[in-house]
Formats: sequence, structure tokens, C-alpha cells
Amino acid sequence: MKNRQATEDIALGIRRRVFEHTMRNGGGYLSQACSAAEQFAWLYNEELNLGEPTLPMVPKPFTGVPSATNVSYHTGAGYNGPAEPIYDRLIIAPAHYALVAYATLIEVGRMAPAGLEMFNKDGSSVEMIGAEHSPGMEVHNGTLGIGLSTGAGLAFGRKRRGESGRVWVYMSDGEVEEGQTWEAVQAAAYHGIDNLFAIMDVNKQQCDGAMESVMSVGNIARKLEDFGAVVVEIDGHDIEAMRRAVKTPHSRKPLIILANSSPFRGMKFLERRFPRLHYVRFKSEEERTEMNAAISAELGIAPIKFNAS
Amino acid sequence: MWGKPMIVMVTRPYATAFEKYALANPDVLCLSADLTSSCEIDGFRDRHPDRFLSLGMAEQNMMSFAGGLGLAGYRPFLHTFGVFLYRRPYDQLMACVAYPRRKVRLMGFLPGITTPGGMTHQAIDDISVMRSIPNMTILETGDATEVESICEAADSIDGPVYCRVLRGSVPRLFSTSIRMGEMRELSLGSDVLVVTSGITTEEAMRARDVLEKRGVSVRHLHLNTIKPFNTEALLDHINAVRYGVITMENHLTVGGIGSLVAETIADAGSGKRLLRLGLRDTYAHGGSRPYLMRFYGFDAFSLVGGIETLMRQNLAISEDDLKAVRLEAVHSSAKAEGL
Repeated sequence: MKNRQATEDIALGIRRRVFEHTMRNGGGYLSQACSAAEQFAWLYNEELNLGEPTLPMVPKPFTGVPSATNVSYHTGAGYNGPAEPIYDRLIIAPAHYALVAYATLIEVGRMAPAGLEMFNKDGSSVEMIGAEHSPGMEVHNGTLGIGLSTGAGLAFGRKRRGESGRVWVYMSDGEVEEGQTWEAVQAAAYHGIDNLFAIMDVNKQQCDGAMESVMSVGNIARKLEDFGAVVVEIDGHDIEAMRRAVKTPHSRKPLIILANSSPFRGMKFLERRFPRLHYVRFKSEEERTEMNAAISAELGIAPIKFNAS
Repeated sequence: MWGKPMIVMVTRPYATAFEKYALANPDVLCLSADLTSSCEIDGFRDRHPDRFLSLGMAEQNMMSFAGGLGLAGYRPFLHTFGVFLYRRPYDQLMACVAYPRRKVRLMGFLPGITTPGGMTHQAIDDISVMRSIPNMTILETGDATEVESICEAADSIDGPVYCRVLRGSVPRLFSTSIRMGEMRELSLGSDVLVVTSGITTEEAMRARDVLEKRGVSVRHLHLNTIKPFNTEALLDHINAVRYGVITMENHLTVGGIGSLVAETIADAGSGKRLLRLGLRDTYAHGGSRPYLMRFYGFDAFSLVGGIETLMRQNLAISEDDLKAVRLEAVHSSAKAEGL
């Protein structure tokens, strides 16, 4: 399912879809699409070794949480293909990127566009904060800091079984404020878990605003290296840089790619909203109309038709 | 006065039992968070380093890591003090283990006041917390035989399990292994129902002998499976006694087996009188086990007092009477579990 389209085109498609969705629904995780589009596009279109999807193109409604009696329960991992030894697994640690992830699944042909229409609707599995049963998700990650530990455990287990498939964790930079992130890195290094890969969207934003205004975290790259990871810093919008970065040798250590990104990339209009970028809402219908015209033009599409709220 | 005690003490039953069980089950992994010898797995670490993962003093990562191992099809046994399996890593326990029903076996050592370590080390609210977590199973060991069978019992569960494990020198009270979901019927009297689990069972057995000599007919149940729980069987016992029910637990009286019995009585509308012995909305402090059980009111003598309250009788039982209980009697009464 790889390379039917250029990765750059998929990244543009992700931004367009997330923007369209945000316009029509009166808000959304828009800046995450700006910062992460190339990273998701690269992972799904090039880097991840995934099988054909095992779940229907149009997602099934919510069918209940895991329990001893819910025997037909399954996660949304089937959109990434089967969990076979040769295939890679992806854990999206900041589940708030779900909208970006769903848009990616559509762009790479793993989910129907109708799936996005179910986003955040009651009774839908396409949840706002990605749940285990949401398309493309295999574990819950709405609580930040647990993703890398889970990935490390899964990777250790897969390595022990001799599986060739890797474990990838998509991370966000705000997560480094959680102490568990550092526990995970030191454990992965201590146990030589080198089939563990992470790419971190370093957009310097978190819920309250710019990270520097919330908590100083120091030099993330140096800290990760001190805790035992191999780190490569790249421009988070440079796909060629991602291709090079992943080739970095990292014997008996996890590889973490720090993707320095812009939360306005492709949507310059959002700069006006800084530092409140975590979830973009419209302050007025005028702003919504103005944003629609400006960003549509930047993305090369006609303004989005929406029902005024 | 009755000669040497007949009760058999078993040394480090978990160490032997875990090693035997793990070696027979290749997908069982041994995880530790810097309390390896304290949890009796130091020998296992030394003999089977390829099956042992040291995860350091970092329980949050250990919990999520275990979730990942579960996703890879392994059945990790986590070893640390019970208190460190749910207080610090509660969020990880919920998201990475309980919700997805990973086959993670949480082996919680030093339950309740079995540690002199004081508040930070005493898991006095673990059963309460674990009972409120969907998908969780809870087991508690009360003697060496239960410790010896805890690995197999826990590992039979299709989902996460929290176990209260006794360590060190542990008395052998029972001759049969844990049978999941089955309470042990230690005596079938008709005056009062005594429900115990863990270390309080031995205390109740000690008191029972004296009580029966005073003409009190005690019905005594020992719980090793706390969740899920067969309330129907318990109700039959509740309905079979005249005066009421006493629970005695090495835990807060809120959320543990006292609450479990209270909920059962209330749900059924049975209206039977209930007295709950244990920690009553208080932390404990550091001290020896007998001192703390006495101080906080969940030892043999406290049980006698509770039964006097329930029956509104003075049974004229002194502490010396309890001390004089022949331990042989404790042992032989345990054999009545097959009733």
C-alpha cells in the first residue's frame, strides 16, 4: 500500500482534511495537523511496514469496552493491518492527534472519508481523543507519558520472540514533562531495546500554550541521550531528513527522532492565534469566515462550505 | 502447657512456588522494581537471568511496560510491595493494564500492616482500590498453601490480577490449593458468621477454639478470591446464623471484605447485623504485626470482643485463654475446610 502518491501530497491532503473538518465542525486540533502532517505522511506512506487493513473502510460504531463478556471486542489496530511478526506496530502516544491520524488513514486509503464524518459523534468509535477502539489505535494514550513505556514493553516482547517487525511510537514534546518518559527511555536503553523507534513532534506547544510559558524542559535531545537513547534532530517538515534520520545506527538503544516543527506550517493565519493553539475554536463567525478564506487559499482549495453556527 | 506447637511454618513459600511455576510456563516473565530479595525472587534472578527483568525503582514505567509485554503475548508477574502497585502507578494500571485486560499478574507483598514500614509501606487501601477497577481480579493469600498455589491461580485468569502475597515464614493452615472463586468453609456453626481473609484467618481460627468451649457456635469463612465474588454462597451462610456477621480484615473497613459483605447484605435486603473489624478510617503506623493487629483491633482478642457485642453476652474470655489455645487445634480445625 506504499507510495501510490508522493508523501508531500499526502501531507497536503492531511492538512486539507483536518482544516475542512475544523471549519465545518466549528473547531478542531488544527495546529497538530500543521506540525505533524509530514511526519504522519512519511510514517504511513513510506516508513512503516504494514499489512492490508483488516477492518472495514467505514468504521463500525462503538461496540463496548473490553470486558469478560464483550467477546467480540477488538481494537482499532486493524486499520494498520494485521499484528503479524513481520509488520511494524504504531503507538500514537498523544491521542489528541487522533484527527490527524484519521485524516492520514483516509489519505493512504486505509479508511473511507465517511470515517471522519463520524468524528466525535455519540455512539461512534472515531473518538475525539483516540481510544483503543478508534481507527489506527491499538492502545489508549489519552493520558500522556504512557506511550513510550508501552512501546518499550511491546518491543522487548517482540524482540524476545524474534519478530522482525519494529515498534514505532509517535510522541509529542509536551510529554517530556511527565517523569514516566524518562523512566521509559532509561529502561529501553538498559534492556537494549533497539527495535523501538520514536518520532517526536517538537512543536513547542502544549495545552496551556507555548511550552516555555508552562514549564522549561531544558535540552530534550541531550537529556534523551543522557538517559540512553540515540537521538537525531531534524526539520519536522523535511521528508528527506526523515529518510536519512531513520538510518542512524542505534545498536542496543532506542532511536528517537526529534522533528522540530511549526504549529502554523501550511496555515500561516494560525500565527494570530498563538499561543492558544492546542484546540482551535472560532471567536466569532467573522473570524471563522476570515480564517476560511485565508487558509483555503494557502492550501489551494476553495473555501469550505459550512453551516453557520 | 500443651507441649510444642503443632502448626507448621513454611519458609519463603513464594520463592519456591514462583520458580517452579515460571519454569513450566515459558511466557511468564519475572519483573522487579528494586525489591527483588524483599519479594523472594532473588534466587530466580540469579538462576534464570533470561527470564528476569529489572525495571528499577520506576513503577509507572514498569506498569505500562508490562502492558506492552502483555500486548506481545507475555504474562508478566510484577513483584514489589503491594502499596507500590496501585498508589503511584494508578493511572498506568488503569490505562495500560486494567482497561485492555492484559494478563498482568500484580504480586503485592507486605499487605496491610504486615510491614513495620509505616504509612508509606502499608497497603491498607489496596483491596478497596482494586475492587473499584473494572476487569480486575483480586486474590489474597492466608497461609503457605495459598502462597504456593497463588501463581497458578493468578495465571489462570484471562485478564489482570492483583494478589496479596505473604512472605517469609508463613503458617500452613490449609491442605488444599486455592480454588478460584471458592470460599473456604472452616466451620459451620449457627450463632455468628465470621468472614476473614489473609492473616486475619489464623487469628479467627485461634479465637474459634476458645469461643466454642464457651458454647458459641461459629460459622467461619475464609476468602481467597475477593473479586469476582459469589454473593449467593455468602448469603446462604449469612442466613444460616442467628446473631449476625463479623468481618475481620487486614485493611480499612471501607472498600474491603467488610464492604463486600455489607453490600451483599444490603443488596439482598437481608437486614442481618454486621460488625466490621479492621482499620477504621485511619492510617496505621510502624510496628510489629501482633502489636498493630491488637492496637487497631483485628486480632483474635478483638474478634472475641466483637462477638460479645453481637451476642450481647460477656463470654469471660481473657487474653491468657487465647494464648493458651493449643496450636494443634488450629491445625486440625483447618482440615474441616472440606465441609
